[in-house]
Amino acid sequence: MNERRRVYFDHNATTPVHPAVLEAMLPYLKEQYGNPSSGHQFGRAVRNRIAEAREIVAAALGAKPAEIYFTSGGTESDNLAIKGYAWANRKTNGGAIVTSSIEHPAVLEVVKYLGKNGFQTRILKVGPDALVDLGEVREALDAGVALISVMHGNNEVGSIQPVAEIAAMAKERGAAMHTDAVQTFMKIPVKVDELGVDMLSLSGHKINAPKGVGALYVRKGIKLTPLNHGGHHERGVRAGTENVPGIIGLAKAVELGVANMEENARRARELRDELERRILAEIPFVIVNGHRERRTPNTLNVTFECVEGEALLINLDMAGIAISTGSACSSGSLDPSHVLMAMGIPHELIHGSLRFSVGHENTREDIDYVMRHLPRIIASVREISPLWDVKNQRVVSVEEAAAGARIARK
Amino acid sequence: MSQDTSFGYSDIVMDHFTNPRNVLRTSEEEYAASGVGMVGNPTCGDMMKVWIKVDDQDRIYDLKWKTFGCASAIGSTSMMSVMVTENGGMQIDQALKIKPQDIMDRLGGLPSIKIHCSVLGDKALRSVIQDYLKRTGREDLIHEGKATIVCECLNVTDKEIEEEVLEGVTDFETLQERTKISTGCGKCRPSAEALFETYRAKYFG
Repeated sequence: MNERRRVYFDHNATTPVHPAVLEAMLPYLKEQYGNPSSGHQFGRAVRNRIAEAREIVAAALGAKPAEIYFTSGGTESDNLAIKGYAWANRKTNGGAIVTSSIEHPAVLEVVKYLGKNGFQTRILKVGPDALVDLGEVREALDAGVALISVMHGNNEVGSIQPVAEIAAMAKERGAAMHTDAVQTFMKIPVKVDELGVDMLSLSGHKINAPKGVGALYVRKGIKLTPLNHGGHHERGVRAGTENVPGIIGLAKAVELGVANMEENARRARELRDELERRILAEIPFVIVNGHRERRTPNTLNVTFECVEGEALLINLDMAGIAISTGSACSSGSLDPSHVLMAMGIPHELIHGSLRFSVGHENTREDIDYVMRHLPRIIASVREISPLWDVKNQRVVSVEEAAAGARIARK
Repeated sequence: MSQDTSFGYSDIVMDHFTNPRNVLRTSEEEYAASGVGMVGNPTCGDMMKVWIKVDDQDRIYDLKWKTFGCASAIGSTSMMSVMVTENGGMQIDQALKIKPQDIMDRLGGLPSIKIHCSVLGDKALRSVIQDYLKRTGREDLIHEGKATIVCECLNVTDKEIEEEVLEGVTDFETLQERTKISTGCGKCRPSAEALFETYRAKYFG
């Protein structure tokens, strides 16, 4: 009962490197140190392995190897896709760029930056379920757009956008479509032709590869202006000597991910659903944020009413449990989560939101451990909250208790 | 404790957060306070409610509180409660002299983005004392600082600028986004910027 564990439920932030990934990388940190651009055997050996890695990533996406560009991660992929496309295609439909209000900052801030630098931009609203409205997408595209970027799965609430539908509408109107698939790649099927996208970002460290590596898929025929000018690496689109160990690690993680995707997704969903079920059953006044079905299988975002997220995060951390919160107090900025705000959730409920994101190494014991501590922590923080007094009195009022019992019986 | 385990908070903040002093554990009715005060707003992420008991010599001999907020909001209220009630309790005129900086000093400092939590602790104390003074028919003793309008177009006061600085606003552009100051005729901009810098220097200089 008093056993002490370390439980990591923050896999949407980052994941541990898989032992087999590390194993695959080690030679490229040791004896295989050649520069892939070199003509000699040291370089050739590494160059061939990078080519294989590119084939592995391409195959996972249903793309051609020549359409894969290795980058330093999700943020660079998003920057390269959006700025690179905007600069190379500013004459297309006036260079207008459309994105959604719940994008990762690596997309949203790029679009805002371009907006301040002469590009027409539009940011789409989302509904309470964190999904964009296809009617609004159509209306935005009808106005003439060069590029639309809408994320596949949201990092905070897990909501999965109708990317294929948006891409089809974009194509009909001569606009290019980019999607940030960092949170869906290796969790659900991500195939560029099924989605119909022109560009797609992915990241290594969200899929049990190391930090500092990612990739951008760019459909053949799409022109990008590079962010990094220099050598002819990555066919001139991304200058800089390749992160060889990272790329090898990314390819290994993709291999493992493709082989185990269904099993991994099923396990993640089971654990996530079990955690959600127990939180709702064992803790009163809890709200699940985001779409319940159209959701990445590992993500759970919940609000605990009357309490503030940072206080919960610190208490959970002291119990060895790692999660994240949408509260302003832990963001380092003045505002709470932009995603939950865009969904129209009242600020006081955003401040009490926690995100649990499940990963491969989590077990049922981890859920048991969380549920041994979470109800106690929520109760203790609520006990010193003036809001809880109000809520709590409502719980015990006879009329409401009777009404609640009637609802519960239904 | 290292930074690693304290979230950038001092050991004292963490101690008061994990073991808060003087929390109201009974019902409000049962406590029968001489005064009640409430400040903050759940929308902004922190709200504090404070109850005091005062004897016939105007000495606050007991103070209880409840706080919705982060670790530093909870720690700040807890420390404020200790400062007011230690050594037999403070006279109300002494308690009114407590400043956010005094609470912060006793906490061993707060991260700059959290300074507004100590401001709220101080405001909560003022609010509860004012309630007590009203209940005892001494409204005349309430000296609420008057705010001066800096931006006439949008009705922004010096107090609002000070509060935004304490909330953690570090540049004039953000101040404008939040208060709309100097976005009308723009005439007040030089004085508004100077005032903003004065408050920045006062709290973060």
